Amino acid sequence: MKLTIINYGAGNVFSVKSAFQRLGIEPTLSNDLNEIRSSDLVVFPGVGHAETAMSQLKESGLDLLIPDLKQPVLGVCLGMQMMCESSEEGDVKGLNIFESVRVKRFDDELKVPHMGWNEILETKGILNGLIDPVYFIHSYFAPINEYTIAETNYPTAFSAAMEKVNFIGCQFHPEKSGEVGEEILKRFLSLRK
Amino acid sequence: MDIKDGRTVKGINFEGLIDAGDPVSLAKYYSENGADELVFLDITATLEGRKTMVEMVRKVAREINIPFTVGGGISSVEDAFNLLNNGADKISVNSSAIKNPSLIKDLSNRFGNQCVVLAIDAKFIDAKWIVFQAGGRIQTDLDLFEWAKEGVNLGAGEILFTSMDNDGTKSGFAIDPLYKLAKCVNVPIIASGGCGKVEHFKEVFEQTNVDAALAASVFHFGEIEIPALKNYLKTNNIDIR
Repeated sequence: MKLTIINYGAGNVFSVKSAFQRLGIEPTLSNDLNEIRSSDLVVFPGVGHAETAMSQLKESGLDLLIPDLKQPVLGVCLGMQMMCESSEEGDVKGLNIFESVRVKRFDDELKVPHMGWNEILETKGILNGLIDPVYFIHSYFAPINEYTIAETNYPTAFSAAMEKVNFIGCQFHPEKSGEVGEEILKRFLSLRK
Repeated sequence: MDIKDGRTVKGINFEGLIDAGDPVSLAKYYSENGADELVFLDITATLEGRKTMVEMVRKVAREINIPFTVGGGISSVEDAFNLLNNGADKISVNSSAIKNPSLIKDLSNRFGNQCVVLAIDAKFIDAKWIVFQAGGRIQTDLDLFEWAKEGVNLGAGEILFTSMDNDGTKSGFAIDPLYKLAKCVNVPIIASGGCGKVEHFKEVFEQTNVDAALAASVFHFGEIEIPALKNYLKTNNIDIR
């Protein structure tokens, strides 16, 4: 099986890579379009600022490639946010995979970043049946929408995860979410055709 | 966990650990026993030792599946990059940020404020909480609350506050300054210093609006077992993982 973690200079790919290694998979790190296109599974991570990350994607042509992928794609944190229509962070346009979903900043009344372990609710799709807390660390969020497959309250509900055909996005970090995180990554691996 | 030259220091007394001084084995032990997050503080003085820290971070990231923060001696964006790139989730700064507050800004601009923890050590002197640097050895003229606010304005995404008056006493967390701190900044706060028994965790979560509580020796010496602590907090209706 070939699993590629898109390595476009935004964030901590080492932890994501290690998480798959613990499951016995040796991921490839790459921003090469052919390499990514020929993978069985693709992980799209991201930590940092949406505007910077988007321009890094554009530089390598990944902004056009990613929405076109047909194999299972897992976006994590900022990766998930960039799969949306737009983000208030830097007012950037996203990849618009999750159409019409606009990423917003948490209300200033709240403690921001939203950081720590929170339950996921109303889980379906790839997260069906999972209820244990997962680890979040973010200041921007996607509201509940037609693609939402898990909700978390902070204090109002937002999308903890979304799914559309072959695209999955997690706002939380499965690679840092203990056993339940491992279960999610295993389920992702099992999507390979 | 305090780390010196790649080894955990301060007494650690576990049965069933092959090498109790190895931070990687300990990290694994704690993450398997229900810790929600780990903090490693490098107290190494030499440059050689710093390289060991990067190696340790890499090994820890390979082994554990919970978040961890690394602090101690981080004085540049490059230092932070090396640690984050090897799997640390957050960077904690203390003395280096006091000497050069713009470091907080540089780090948060580069990595996002969710990556930047401002660690503050303070002591109650003449009715004021005064910040100390260099591991509590040098008194500054900074006020805890003012410094915390400035740090957050500069881009710190979390505050790790250690009360030097409570640290090592096992008499409980410093409720009063933690209560005030949670009122004056709008980022998550980790309470540290003074934990001696499970009731102290309950107290700090019930009486202040902190987001996390940190302890070291009670865990290292097996005086509190994490699963038992979590059960206790759950039965007392404190919302935890």
